[in-house]
Amino acid sequence: MRRAKQFVYSLMPRLMRQLSVAVCAAALAGVTPIVGPFDARAAPAAKSADVTNIPIVYVKEDRERLPPLSLLEFPPDDEGAAGVALGIDDNNTTGRFLKQKFTTETISSSKPEELIEKVVAKAKDGFGFFVVDVGADTLLALSDALSDMPAVIFNAGARDQRLRDQDCRLNVKHTAASYAMLTDALAQYLAWKQWRRIVLVTGPKPEDKLYAASLKRSLKRFGLKLLAEEEFRYEAGSRRADGGFEQVQKQIPTFTQKFPDYDVLLVADEARQFGDYFPFRTWKARPVAGTHGLFPTTWHPASELWGASQFQNRFNRKVGRDMRQLDYAAWMAVRSIGEAATRTGSGDPKTLIDYMLSDKFELAAFKGQKLTYRPWNAQLRQPIFVATPMLHVTVSPQPGFLHHLTILDTLGVDRPETKCTAFD
Amino acid sequence: MRAVYRNALSCLVVSAAIGAATLPAHAFRAFVSNEKDNTISVIDTKKLKVIHTMKVGQRPRGIMLAKDDTWLLVCASDDNRVEVYDAKTYEFIKTLPSGPDPELFDLHPSGNPLYIANEDDNIVTVVNIDTGRIEAEVPVGVEPEGMGVSPDGRYVVNTSETTNMAHFIDTETNETIANILVDNRPRVAQFTSDGKLLWVSAEIGGTVTIIDVETKKPIHKITFEIPGVNADAIQPVGIRINKAGTKAFVALGPANRIAVINAKTFEVEKYILVGQRVWNLAFTPDEKLILTTNGTSNDVTAVDVRKERAFKSITVGRYPWGVVVAKD
Repeated sequence: MRRAKQFVYSLMPRLMRQLSVAVCAAALAGVTPIVGPFDARAAPAAKSADVTNIPIVYVKEDRERLPPLSLLEFPPDDEGAAGVALGIDDNNTTGRFLKQKFTTETISSSKPEELIEKVVAKAKDGFGFFVVDVGADTLLALSDALSDMPAVIFNAGARDQRLRDQDCRLNVKHTAASYAMLTDALAQYLAWKQWRRIVLVTGPKPEDKLYAASLKRSLKRFGLKLLAEEEFRYEAGSRRADGGFEQVQKQIPTFTQKFPDYDVLLVADEARQFGDYFPFRTWKARPVAGTHGLFPTTWHPASELWGASQFQNRFNRKVGRDMRQLDYAAWMAVRSIGEAATRTGSGDPKTLIDYMLSDKFELAAFKGQKLTYRPWNAQLRQPIFVATPMLHVTVSPQPGFLHHLTILDTLGVDRPETKCTAFD
Repeated sequence: MRAVYRNALSCLVVSAAIGAATLPAHAFRAFVSNEKDNTISVIDTKKLKVIHTMKVGQRPRGIMLAKDDTWLLVCASDDNRVEVYDAKTYEFIKTLPSGPDPELFDLHPSGNPLYIANEDDNIVTVVNIDTGRIEAEVPVGVEPEGMGVSPDGRYVVNTSETTNMAHFIDTETNETIANILVDNRPRVAQFTSDGKLLWVSAEIGGTVTIIDVETKKPIHKITFEIPGVNADAIQPVGIRINKAGTKAFVALGPANRIAVINAKTFEVEKYILVGQRVWNLAFTPDEKLILTTNGTSNDVTAVDVRKERAFKSITVGRYPWGVVVAKD
């Protein structure tokens, strides 16, 4: 009888099957299955029917951005939020065995003051976990507004080095990699290849300057030689012109003709306005790297390394697109909270925050080794892909770069050089 | 993976026996799944040479023997099925439904059913290997991986890589009865031959947890330390414990070594250098040799169990993953 029933069950459509799996799993754990959206007004971290609720708030600052150069690069509306959603699913699959229920809601605004006001109101209601994608200044204002509350901010979006150094904050953790980590990952590979003679093309935007400054630091750190640097000026928003390649095809060789002989041309175009003009158009037949060409990235949608296939599949099934860096950073933030909740058996923000900074904490995030937070600035250590759009070329740290503590600390600003004092 | 030596007689066994080759005494055949080139390398354990290469389905990973070592079962992960081959003639027999992305499996000691971890679907699929019917699907944690059936057939244990638990499933009811938290990314679950203890490796956590089967509680955690090897590179995966329950061997991934452990005191006695990224291992039936699959160096290392020394490496296909040794 049982067998007959189960055979029919296996023929059910996948969606139904997964639903019934969820329901029967909930029944298994002795809880009432919760159907429909979580009621955000319910007291957070409260125990109801023996189930601990752990709500996580996703905070997004809607910023004015120029459209990217390539039509393929427009960020999806749910960028970041989709990573949170997958993290919540993964946490709940574990949580159902431990009677922990994770939920999420999103706060977004284009006005920083309004955003901060809403977050503070949530924190006053007892919400303790905020995964944020906001600009550096908003992040600092948010951090200061929450400084005496039992709440923690996970920075999933901002790469600015100063947030990990002079402007570091005790209540901010960074799952996004810093510019220094990214450019160190690239520079290590260039050093490994012995491509030491570098020229640099920098865009006019402030974020381009930050990226370029970070590149220059990395070049020096890994013994590469910067031979020349040029700023590339452009008329913003000109991408939609019908035509244009004819001129670009002539413009870029002329622009790069003046450089001394080099091995690699680095391009710093964080605003994503011109970088893709450089590969295959330079005066000399040399590779392009930096923000375009060969680029460092915390996630690659084609990675199947270290068991990532299933992770990519789960994301694609749920969201219907490839995972981006912001999604990955948001997922790691939610999984950090989940991992701490699993290990401590608690939903109390303070308990979880303490655990995440302790040496017991470790996160598995499809990078082939455990990830931990640097105790001196709460930056998540992580291996970084060095890739082209279709596939990774390598993963840094590169062989031969050693460290007495963990080789992951060869990427980014290390403890002896940090300007962060908040954690002392 | 324990092979099952019962239920020997079936028409398939008879037909298989007809094609069997005569092998020298004490030579066993080891089957190694090569994840990247979709083949199984068959190794003669006396000559320590590859004697045959079988072409199988896509991304072969988990591999085991059934029907008194006459059937070879292979998880063809990217084909979403389990393939059955004649272990003597190497001919294809049939496929079994497995649910999506089968990675590892284990057989009930009675010879049936087969318990399969579906890494991409958070379930364990229970399949009758004779009828090919799915008997049950058991919901478990995220990314089910390791499978181990207790010697008495009472429990099947599954590890879930992202949930970080060992799930005890009652084989009578096909329901989970205990979920035990272990360290990050558990890979392999292995019962001792007396069924009293369960060993679970945690790849990212870098530990092996010993669980008391009676109380379902962890009683010990083994940690590893190798001079000159970064702690992050010590990633335990495959576990083999001898029948006497005195020695255990644990593959340590990118540390490129296997650990020799006193299975009574849980003390690590020695590390043996093998090939690169060693993941799985298997004893020969006489327990004189242990073979390891070294993914990145594309080879299998033969280790003398008594001398506790690696003495030969055998080139196989690309990214060797699993290994099982037949009794003849």
